[in-house]
Amino acid sequence: MTSVAVQRLIMAAVTLLGVAIIVFVLLRVAPGDPIAMMISPGATPADIAALRAHYGLDTSLPTQFFVWLRDILRGDFGTSISLHRNVLGIMAERLPATLELAFASLAFAALLGGAVAVFATLVSDWTAAPLIDGVNGLFLAVPDFIWAFALVLLFGVFLPVLPLSGRIDPSLDERFVTPFYLLESLATLRFAAAADVLRHMVMPMLALGLPLAAIITRVLKESLREAMVQDYVLLARLKGLSRLRLVLQEALRNAVAPTLALTGVQFTFLIGGTVIVERIFAYPGIGNMAVDAVINRDLPLIQGLTLVFGALFIVVNMAVDLLVVATNPRLRDG
Amino acid sequence: MIKLNRRETLALGGGTFLSELLLGGAFASAQTSDTLTIAYNVNLPSFDPTVGPSAVNPTIQAIYRAIYDQYVGQNPDLSFAPGLLTKWGWNDDKTKAWMDVREGVVWHDGSPFTPADVVWSLERAGDPKTGNPIQFVWGGLGNYQIDGNRITADVKQFDPTVFKWMAFLTGYILPKAYYEKVGAEGFEKKPVGAGPYMVDEYQGNAFLRLKRNENYWGPKGAFDTVIFKFVPDGTSRVAEIESGSADVTLEIPYEEYDRLRVKPGLAGVCEPVSDIGMIFITNVEKEMLDENVRLAAIHAIDKDLIAKKLLRGYATPIATLEAPGYEAFDPSIKVPYDPELAKSLLAKSGYSPEKPVKFKIQTTRGFKPKDYEMIQAIVGMWRKVGIDAEIEVYEIAKHYELRAGHKLDPMAFYNWGNAIGDPSTSTGFAMFSPSPHSAWKSKDLDDMIGPLWGEKDEAKRIAGWKAVDKYIAEKGYVIPLVQYSQPIVYKASLKVIPNATGALQPTLVSKA
Repeated sequence: MTSVAVQRLIMAAVTLLGVAIIVFVLLRVAPGDPIAMMISPGATPADIAALRAHYGLDTSLPTQFFVWLRDILRGDFGTSISLHRNVLGIMAERLPATLELAFASLAFAALLGGAVAVFATLVSDWTAAPLIDGVNGLFLAVPDFIWAFALVLLFGVFLPVLPLSGRIDPSLDERFVTPFYLLESLATLRFAAAADVLRHMVMPMLALGLPLAAIITRVLKESLREAMVQDYVLLARLKGLSRLRLVLQEALRNAVAPTLALTGVQFTFLIGGTVIVERIFAYPGIGNMAVDAVINRDLPLIQGLTLVFGALFIVVNMAVDLLVVATNPRLRDG
Repeated sequence: MIKLNRRETLALGGGTFLSELLLGGAFASAQTSDTLTIAYNVNLPSFDPTVGPSAVNPTIQAIYRAIYDQYVGQNPDLSFAPGLLTKWGWNDDKTKAWMDVREGVVWHDGSPFTPADVVWSLERAGDPKTGNPIQFVWGGLGNYQIDGNRITADVKQFDPTVFKWMAFLTGYILPKAYYEKVGAEGFEKKPVGAGPYMVDEYQGNAFLRLKRNENYWGPKGAFDTVIFKFVPDGTSRVAEIESGSADVTLEIPYEEYDRLRVKPGLAGVCEPVSDIGMIFITNVEKEMLDENVRLAAIHAIDKDLIAKKLLRGYATPIATLEAPGYEAFDPSIKVPYDPELAKSLLAKSGYSPEKPVKFKIQTTRGFKPKDYEMIQAIVGMWRKVGIDAEIEVYEIAKHYELRAGHKLDPMAFYNWGNAIGDPSTSTGFAMFSPSPHSAWKSKDLDDMIGPLWGEKDEAKRIAGWKAVDKYIAEKGYVIPLVQYSQPIVYKASLKVIPNATGALQPTLVSKA
C-alpha cells in the first residue's frame, strides 16, 4: 500500500511538470497576445515594448519558463495581469467554491445514481423496467451545460424558486472567515446562511451531477446484475434473504468497486465541467474565473489555474486508486 | 429569557435551515425599494481603473464611474460637464494647461480630496512604469504646479483631446495618501474613491455591492444599495430580469429585448450608443490595393437591410467612422448601396459574378450582436456582384494580435467604441499608420491625418477630420457598417436614462 502511494506521488510530480510545460508552451504559441489587448491606439513601439517588459514578457520563452517554474517552486505563482493580484491568493479564495460545488455534485450523483441502480435491480423483472434504462440513457446523453440552461428556464423563469446566479444572496450581510461558505456556515450554526448557500448551489449541482448520476446508475446496475447471479448471492437467497437485503448486503459490496473506479475518473470530468456550468450560473469558482482569464489572455492566471486543475485531477485519481486498493483485498495483498 | 438545550438549538437551526431552503426562493424577487440590482454583462476584474486590460474595457466603465469620479464629467448625450475639475483649459499659445479643482469633496474614507490627489493621479498615469495603457496621452502634460485650487502644467506635447480623455478611459482620480499607504494589492482589497457609491462587498465573478455615498458632492444616487450581479451569459441575464431576480439588465439579444419590453411589469429602452460595427481593410494583398474592388465591396452592401432585418431596427447605417452625435459627423458624406455600380467597378478590374475576385474576411462570432450573421449576409450580397469572400471566424484576442502585427486578413470585422465622440479616437486611431490599431496604412492618408493631431484651432481641426472622412469614403479604405443601439430592460417601476457611452451607471436609474 505504501509503495503504491509513493509510486503515485512520483508519477504525480512528473505529470504536473508535464502539464506545466505543455500549458506554458501552448499558451505562448496559441493566438492572442495579452499585450495586444492592452495597447492603446496611440501607443508607439517603445510604449508596447515597455508594456511587454512591465509584464515580464520581453525575455525569451525558455527564460520566461524557468523564471516561472523557479517562482512556483518558491510558492510564487506570479501576479494576475487582469486582476492585479497574487495568483495563489486568488486561487485560494476561489478554489473552495469549486470544491464545495464539485463534492456536493459528487455526493448527489452517488446518492441518486446508487439509489436508481439499486431500485432498477430490485425491479428488473418488471415489464416497465426497460423504462429506467431509457430515462437513464436520456440523462447520459444530455451534457451538463444543456442541463444548466434547462434548469435556468425551469427553476429560474417558469418556476422561479431558486436563485439563478452567484454563491450567496448579495443583499445578505453575511461575513465569512474562510472561503468554505457552506462548511463554515454549518460549523458556526448559521443555518439561514447555509441554506442560502445551498440554494445557490442546487442548480449548478444538478447540472453537474445528473450526467454523473446516470453513469453511476448504468455501471452499478450492470455490476449488480452480474453479482446477483453469483453463487454467494444464490446461497444467500436460498437462506431466505429478501431481495432488498440480497442487493444491499450481498451484491452491492462486490459490485461497488468498478463503480468507484469509474466514478473517480468521471469526477475529474465533472471538475472540468465546472468551467462552463459556473459561467452559466455566475458561480464564483475557479472554473468561472478560468473563462475570464482566457478571454483576457491572463497568462499567469491561466497557468496557475491549469496547474490547480491538473493537481485536482491527479489527487482525485490517486485517492480513487488508493480507495480501490483499500476496498479490494485481492489488490491490497497483491 | 428563553433557554434552549442542545437538542432544541439544533432543532431550531434545522427548522431555520429547511424553511430558508424551501421558502427562500419565494423572496428572491422581492427587492427592497432601496436596492437596485443590475444583472451586468461583464465581470469586474480589478478596482484600479487606470491599469491593465479592464482599464480600457468600455463596458466596465459604468462600475468605475459609480465608485470613482473622473477629472471631467460626461452627460448621457456625450457632452462634457464639470467633474472633480470645475474648469479647465489652455493658455493662449497652448504651452500650458490649467485646471481648477473642486472644493469640499471627501474620499470614501472621509479624508479630504485635494489638488495633490489630482497631480499624483496625472503623474502616475503619465509614468510608463505604472502600465497605464493611455500613458501616451497623460505623458503630454508635466511639471505640475499647485496654487490654491488651481493646477497648471507644462504642455510637453500638445494634444487637443487631453481634456476629453479626462472623461474617458483611465481618466480617474485616485486617493494619493490612501493608495500610497495600502499599495496596489491593498487598494484592490479595499478600494476608495470619491464617486456616488462606495464599495461595500465584492465577490469576483459573482457580485459587487455598493452603498450610497451620503457625502457625495453631486446629485446623490436614488438607491441606498446597488448590486451589480456579474452574469456574462446572455440567456442567464434574460432569466434574471424575467424572474424578477434583477431590476435591470442590458446587452441581451434584440429578439429577447423585443419580447421582454412588452411583458407586463417590464419596460425597455434601446438607444444608439457610441459603438460601431465596421470592416477593416488591410492593404497588404493585391486585391485590396485595387480601388475598384474596395469601392465595389462597399457599394454592394445594403446596410439599411442589415440594420432593419438582421438587427431588427436597432442599428443606424453609417458612411464614415463618425456616428451621428460624434463631433466630426458629416451627414453630407454618403456612400449609397448600388450593386450595379459595384458590378461596373469590378468589371473595370476584370471581375464578374462568373469570374469573382477572391479574398478572406475574418469575423468574431457572438462577440457583438449578429456579428457573424452580418458578415454572412454581406458575403451573400458580395457574391451577387462578383466578390467571393471566404469567412474565417476568430476570437477577439486574435484580432488584437493580428491587427497590432498588421497581419489581419484582407478584410476583418470589428467594433469600435468612441465614448468621447472625438474624430481622433475614431478615424484617427483606426486609420493612421503609426497606430497599432490601424489596418490600412498609406502615406496619402497619413499626410492628411498627421497635422491634425496637434492642430490648435478646434474648428480647423474638426473640418480637417471631416475632410479625412470624405477622402476615406471616396477611396474605400474602410467599410463602416452600423452604429449599434444598446438594449436595456428594466422593471416598469423604474426610470432609466440611456447613456450614449453605453455605460449603465446606477446614477442614471431612479424610481419612476
